[in-house]
Amino acid sequence: MENLIEIEHLTYGYQERAVLEDISLAIAPRDFTLLIGPNGGGKTTLLKLILGILTPWSGTIRFQGETGGRLGYVPQSARFNRTFPISVFDMVLTGCIRGDNYLSRHTREEEEKSGAILEKLALYGKRKDNITDLSGGQLQRVLIARALVSEPVSLFLDEPTTAMDITSQTDLLDLLAELQERMSIMVVTHDPTPYAQSYRHIACLNRRLYFHGRGELDSATLEKVYGCPVEILGHGIPHTLLAAHEEGERP
Amino acid sequence: MSAILSYEFMQNAILVGIMASIVCGVIGPFIVTRRMVFISGGLSHTAFGGLGIAYWLGIRPLFGAMAFVLTAAVLIGRQEEKRLSQNDLFIGILWAVGVAIGILFIHMTPGYAPDLMSFLFGNILTVPRADVLITLLLTLIVTGAVTIYYNGFVAIALDEEYARARRLPVAALKMGLMILTALSIVTLIQVVGILLVIALLTIPVAIASEFARNFRRIMLLSILCGILICLSGLMASYFIEFPSGASIILIGGALLGVVKGVKRVTNRRKTALP
Repeated sequence: MENLIEIEHLTYGYQERAVLEDISLAIAPRDFTLLIGPNGGGKTTLLKLILGILTPWSGTIRFQGETGGRLGYVPQSARFNRTFPISVFDMVLTGCIRGDNYLSRHTREEEEKSGAILEKLALYGKRKDNITDLSGGQLQRVLIARALVSEPVSLFLDEPTTAMDITSQTDLLDLLAELQERMSIMVVTHDPTPYAQSYRHIACLNRRLYFHGRGELDSATLEKVYGCPVEILGHGIPHTLLAAHEEGERP
Repeated sequence: MSAILSYEFMQNAILVGIMASIVCGVIGPFIVTRRMVFISGGLSHTAFGGLGIAYWLGIRPLFGAMAFVLTAAVLIGRQEEKRLSQNDLFIGILWAVGVAIGILFIHMTPGYAPDLMSFLFGNILTVPRADVLITLLLTLIVTGAVTIYYNGFVAIALDEEYARARRLPVAALKMGLMILTALSIVTLIQVVGILLVIALLTIPVAIASEFARNFRRIMLLSILCGILICLSGLMASYFIEFPSGASIILIGGALLGVVKGVKRVTNRRKTALP
């Protein structure tokens, strides 16, 4: 198996209603995939299925080697319940917990790794702060640190730039570019503009997966995915994000 | 003071009070952070059904209560896992049906049920020695399990989805926590009674949270708060002959009010300074 993750004919829904239908998608090592689509299109749901948080109705998700146990997850910071009394350092340390080690104490090595990650993400000074006291952007970085401390081979980020100002966004993009050297990255977003230069594949999701692969796509197809006219601005980048494709075309 | 301690009932009361405080401090913070307060209320009320049946059968009431609370915990746990959502409807029904079963069986039992009030409102001064030993066993089980599974329980209280993504046995951990909650409730019913159990699970945690912002420290402070509250309530009950359960809860409530009030005043002073 060449790809890290291969998804075939995945279907899932809540109660009786299907939110995802017949999704097929592959993630290669060091891939950078953007998962875009309208609200309620099933982006977060697809992420949760890949991560094993939800169980699909039908279809398969296959992982190369031990990839399945080494997925990093950065949930939406705005939806994160931050009432739990925990310091930034301890929170990052929880990223080391796995199904096969949660009964043992944290090792010295894990603590050192957590410290190093915090340092790298410019959070070391905040390590003793409670997560309740962080700004949205800081919490976002803590969530990224928690995902990175386990040294994942594949990283999944759900709307990571929502709570960030432009400077933090640029920092995040630099970090992602660096991480892409050693892991695949998938970003869920409703606004692909900041990632215009980094992504390798793009997937438009609205119950069905409409497109997959870098290139150019016309606004008529985007309109079909979003159900309304859409304009994607490139901020001076001299090419559009997406290439044209027929409906029903498979990646 | 030493005279008081020489009474066996007083020794039992103090021991049960301390053990109950330990249980509260160990399990309470999980109940509060996982928003299981309503579930705890439901569980403790279903105990009444078990008590009723135990009276009718003429067996030890504590065993009846334990059977009912454990069954209810497993039912609620399974329901939650199936629907992946909160189910206050189901909990509310269990709550009322439990109480109704209790009323029915007590009605069918001939004669007056003397200990009934102590189970509804708690009477720490009448706990028999055998129940002290059962309480000790329950305390050891709850504390031991939380010590062993601490990281797992923290993981599901902090971020359940992340715990699933990290392949932790989330369903089993949730069920385990539910069963430990049930065992804790059985322990606490003897101290403050069915109606007041939730107060003992929440008030010490609320006071501790005013001082500590680290989960382990909140646990430790909750235990200390619990001991302070339980023993003060016990003394009030002994000297002024107030009902013990109500004294414990009211002292706890008053302490929480004072702590919150003092904090508010000092915070205002801090911000008022240039």
